[in-house]
Amino acid sequence: MANRRLAPPNLQPKDFAFTAENAVWAKQQIAKYPEGRQQSAIIPLLWRAQEQNGGWLPEAAIRHVGEMLGMAHIRALEVATFYTMFLLEPCGKKAHVQVCGTTPCMLRGAEAIFDVCKARIHHDPMHVSADGDFSWEEVECLGACVNAPMVLIWDDTYEDLTAESFEKVLDGFAKGQPVKPGPQIDRQLSAPAGGATTLKSVKV
Amino acid sequence: MLDDKDRIFRNLYGQGDFGLEGARSRGSWDGTKAILEKGREAIVAEVKASGLRGRGGAGFPTGVKWSFMPKAVGDRPHYLVVNADESEPGTCKDREIMRNDPHLLIEGCLIAGRAMDCRSGYIYVRGEFIRERQRLQAAIDQAYEAKLLGKGNVHGYDFDLYVHHGAGAYICGEEMALLESLEGKKGQPRLKPPFPANMGLYGCPTTVNNVESIAVIPDIMRRGGAWFAGIGRPNNPGTKLFCISGHVERPCTVEDAMGVPLRELIETHCGGVRGGWGNLLAVIPGGSSMPLIPAHQCDELKMDFDGCLALKSSLGTAAVIVMDKSTDIIRAMARISYFYRHESCGQCTPCREGMGWMWRMLTRMAEGRAQKREIDMLFEVTKQIEGHTICAFGDGAAWPVQGLLRHFRPEIERRIDEYTRNADRHDRVPVAAE
Ligand SMILES: Cc1cc2nc3c(=O)[nH]c(=O)nc-3n(C[C@H](O)[C@H](O)[C@H](O)COP(=O)(O)O)c2cc1C
Ligand code: SF4
Ligand code: FES
Repeated sequence: MANRRLAPPNLQPKDFAFTAENAVWAKQQIAKYPEGRQQSAIIPLLWRAQEQNGGWLPEAAIRHVGEMLGMAHIRALEVATFYTMFLLEPCGKKAHVQVCGTTPCMLRGAEAIFDVCKARIHHDPMHVSADGDFSWEEVECLGACVNAPMVLIWDDTYEDLTAESFEKVLDGFAKGQPVKPGPQIDRQLSAPAGGATTLKSVKV
Repeated sequence: MLDDKDRIFRNLYGQGDFGLEGARSRGSWDGTKAILEKGREAIVAEVKASGLRGRGGAGFPTGVKWSFMPKAVGDRPHYLVVNADESEPGTCKDREIMRNDPHLLIEGCLIAGRAMDCRSGYIYVRGEFIRERQRLQAAIDQAYEAKLLGKGNVHGYDFDLYVHHGAGAYICGEEMALLESLEGKKGQPRLKPPFPANMGLYGCPTTVNNVESIAVIPDIMRRGGAWFAGIGRPNNPGTKLFCISGHVERPCTVEDAMGVPLRELIETHCGGVRGGWGNLLAVIPGGSSMPLIPAHQCDELKMDFDGCLALKSSLGTAAVIVMDKSTDIIRAMARISYFYRHESCGQCTPCREGMGWMWRMLTRMAEGRAQKREIDMLFEVTKQIEGHTICAFGDGAAWPVQGLLRHFRPEIERRIDEYTRNADRHDRVPVAAE
């Protein structure tokens, strides 16, 4: 189990409200679930709140979303602290790097990716770099194991990494021009490098 | 090797269009109305005849599972829930279906929904699959627009399909935790019984199926259960997506026939084990929850449910994690234990506490910093977890450790000896106790 707490009060903004656009979107989400079951929408709504807030989830947002869904605050807090994708503290502004450290990635060199993070961002996970732009953390299997080692930054994965290509990925975020997501070697998604061994006679 | 004409996942690598037009050109949504009009019994019978076994890990026959749903809809609606949580380490197949051929899944949901009298379905996608979720939603939007789904669709069977998502919790792949999470709570598994077919989502009859299980349904209905049943060995039929990761020359996800020999799978599609077949140390055949199989048993291994069972392991999700002789096997397994410690939902004591025990003991054993009697103690800890928890997470965390102890005990002992020998050397820098 992960031990997760809210950020200290001095980091917490006083209020949170969805932008008009996000409020409309939230209504549509809630409508996906049957009458009286609007609580089902809590994860999507918290996620949108986190996106709106620059990548982390303040207490005011948890309270706001809970109220929208008619939930007791403690129930909303339970959800926010249970699911590890909710970052409860501020992260890097340009990139928060989630490095997969689980065995299939470890077997293919995730260690080298961690070394780059430690050298370039911060020695410790979940600490923002000196310039405030970057942070990193170790996460568990992200479901891209045949493209190991890999990282997730915001909405995209960067796969088949080496220390060098990962440096380039970080350079891209530093410059505000991210490189193309997906495999960082010459490879079609999860097909074997060098070309698929199957589907040769299938026209797509 | 499986013939291309028998492949279901014809856009596995995303070279073609993922959308409706591309899907139609690959044969999706062809004659769907006629399939639905066969009616509930006939669809279930066809799926039973195909012999399809669930692709989410446990391998339960899909047709049989569907027949557990109440025969008639009472005052509670029936729900179809698709498990797209895909978080079992080593597994990355559902991702390819969702981003490259989502209409296979969508059409499958409609047919499965018809087979169980469901009028709505939810697809629960793991939170990290953000692009996959967007793709899937885009494809569903297309299906609505073309009136393939929704109220008053061209098929004459009203059915709504929604995408839902999680936010990073492996345990939400367990079906009862998934339902809790879908209801907007912490993902902590519920005790069974009652089973979801009686009391699932919102207290209503529900069936939870894996993405791949549902995505193969349209092909089974179009080509016939007998076609599917004719691939692979009896009791283990069909085609299967295999994800081969770790120490192979070219890791990949590939569709092949069930029962394909492990060695053929690796040598045909992955360019072999790094350094050659002789350099193999062990494989985990079905995702991290399954016991490893040492190299000397791999020559004969056939990749299906019975093949893996014969070697005291399991096909699981068919995520093959390959480890060559350079692997520190104890550290590799300790990292898997770390994963389970991190992901335990915490509601059962043997699981919550046991995960930490196993991880700490294995971490010390990787260094040799243990006593030999602790090896039996570790085994005992796994036995205290296995079968004593609310959900199968506990078993899935205990089995890989048991597999390590079964096959690599001499290596653990060797390391303990080495550490002890080194303890007498004068050039060692002493470290403080914890
Ligand atoms: C800890 C745990 C994690 C699981 N994770 C997944 C998963 O990510 N995806 C999945 O389809 N099934 C997963 N399962 C299996 C599901 O509980 C369920 O059996 C499966 O979704 C049923 O689908 P199927 O009959 O089509 O295989 C998991 C089970 C356990 C105990
Ligand atoms: S076995 Fe573990 S994961 Fe499953 S319910 Fe118990 S504590 Fe939660
Ligand atoms: S182990 Fe890293 S993506 Fe699966």
